Amino acid sequence: MTPEEIKTKVRAFLLKYIKKPDLQDDEDYFASKLINSLFAMQLVMFVEKEFKVKVEDKDLDIKNFNSIDSISSLVTRKLGC
Amino acid sequence: MELTQEQEQAQGEFKAFVNEHVVPYADTFDREQKIPEELIALIAQKGFFGLIVPKDYGGMAADMITYGLLCEEMGCGSASLLSLLTVHGMVIQAIMRWGSSVLKERWLRKLAAGEIIGAFALTEPNVGSDAKSVETVAVKKDSGFVLTGKKKWTSFGQRADLFMIIAQCEGKPTAFLLEKGTPGFTVTPITDTFGFRAAMMAELTMDNCLITEENMVGRIGFGVTHVATHALDYGRYTVGWGCVGLARACLEASLKYTAQRVQFGTYLRKHQLIQHMITDMIASVTAARLLCLNAGHLKDAGDHRTIMETAIAKYFASTMVVKTALDAVQIHGANGISSDYPVARYLRDAKVMEIIEGSSQMQQIIIARYGYQEYL
Repeated sequence: MTPEEIKTKVRAFLLKYIKKPDLQDDEDYFASKLINSLFAMQLVMFVEKEFKVKVEDKDLDIKNFNSIDSISSLVTRKLGC
Repeated sequence: MELTQEQEQAQGEFKAFVNEHVVPYADTFDREQKIPEELIALIAQKGFFGLIVPKDYGGMAADMITYGLLCEEMGCGSASLLSLLTVHGMVIQAIMRWGSSVLKERWLRKLAAGEIIGAFALTEPNVGSDAKSVETVAVKKDSGFVLTGKKKWTSFGQRADLFMIIAQCEGKPTAFLLEKGTPGFTVTPITDTFGFRAAMMAELTMDNCLITEENMVGRIGFGVTHVATHALDYGRYTVGWGCVGLARACLEASLKYTAQRVQFGTYLRKHQLIQHMITDMIASVTAARLLCLNAGHLKDAGDHRTIMETAIAKYFASTMVVKTALDAVQIHGANGISSDYPVARYLRDAKVMEIIEGSSQMQQIIIARYGYQEYL
């Protein structure tokens, strides 16, 4: 899977929960409070199931989850692509 | 949704266990406000505490549907006992999901074997639903963290050996493990509650309790969004199933009573207004069970939709069990408010289900918001 394909899937997932069609790849949606309290774990589960990677305690850094770019980077690193 | 042969077999075992060891004594547990040690030991011996823990950690690696079936039977026997499985399991889940390898090695085997009991301490005297505003504080020191604050309504706090504490660390909610016996830690029993009287609730006081650094679960700032959210999702799942069991107990008691009680020269079961209530009970229990099964299947599939589906299942099941228990008491008439029948306990316990692991009102906020995401 290419980094661009990863980003496309992440964007599609996020847009379902964040009703903001113009969401930028580097936009911090946590800071803009666009999501609810359950979203963080929904996102972790999505990443694990969609990309078949394991999100671990050491990955718990807001910089790994707060934008399309950051999530895509985390997945890319884990997949080694 | 059909059960597998293994799930049906497990269901039979759970039912037999509860019928033998719980149902005959549940009213006594309620009166004495305690779950006996012998029963906790029996549950441990059967492996129920570690039912969904991986085999690597001494568990039985069962699926979530099987675990739901256990919770249904426990809820049918004693809601207080169900809450032991809930809070103990919440600690296990939090460690399995976000604990370091050190914490997993140190605690999971003991928790799975029931050698130690876990309890989940989020709620405080001043903080309930607003979890991110907990007032308990964790201060980083060279040798670890120092915890100071109070927790309240901690189920099995009187009995637990290991507590998951959510505290503010550097101003951000963070999860920690605290052992009973830590200097500065005291447990004060809470008694005479309306329901869940045998859930051995407690208020916990932490006065400069020093814990080692490795007792942090996850990372600073992730105590609510990731650790507690994951644990509460699991907790809601067990409560949803427990409500199915408790409602089934209401239904079964009502079926039995109406088949024996005669008024106006005929059995109560022949009266259409009674049939109305029985019908609502059957439909409600069936619907709640299907919602729980759906949430469980999604959990086993690792599907993120399970989080919302579990909230929906818990919301529906907890509201329906209150209505079901009210009807069960109504059907029993004056007998329903006496201690000669279990339905008064069922009603008291049912009400608690609407409050714990996220109140019905919190579920309504979350589910309504989800509706605008999913359907708009």
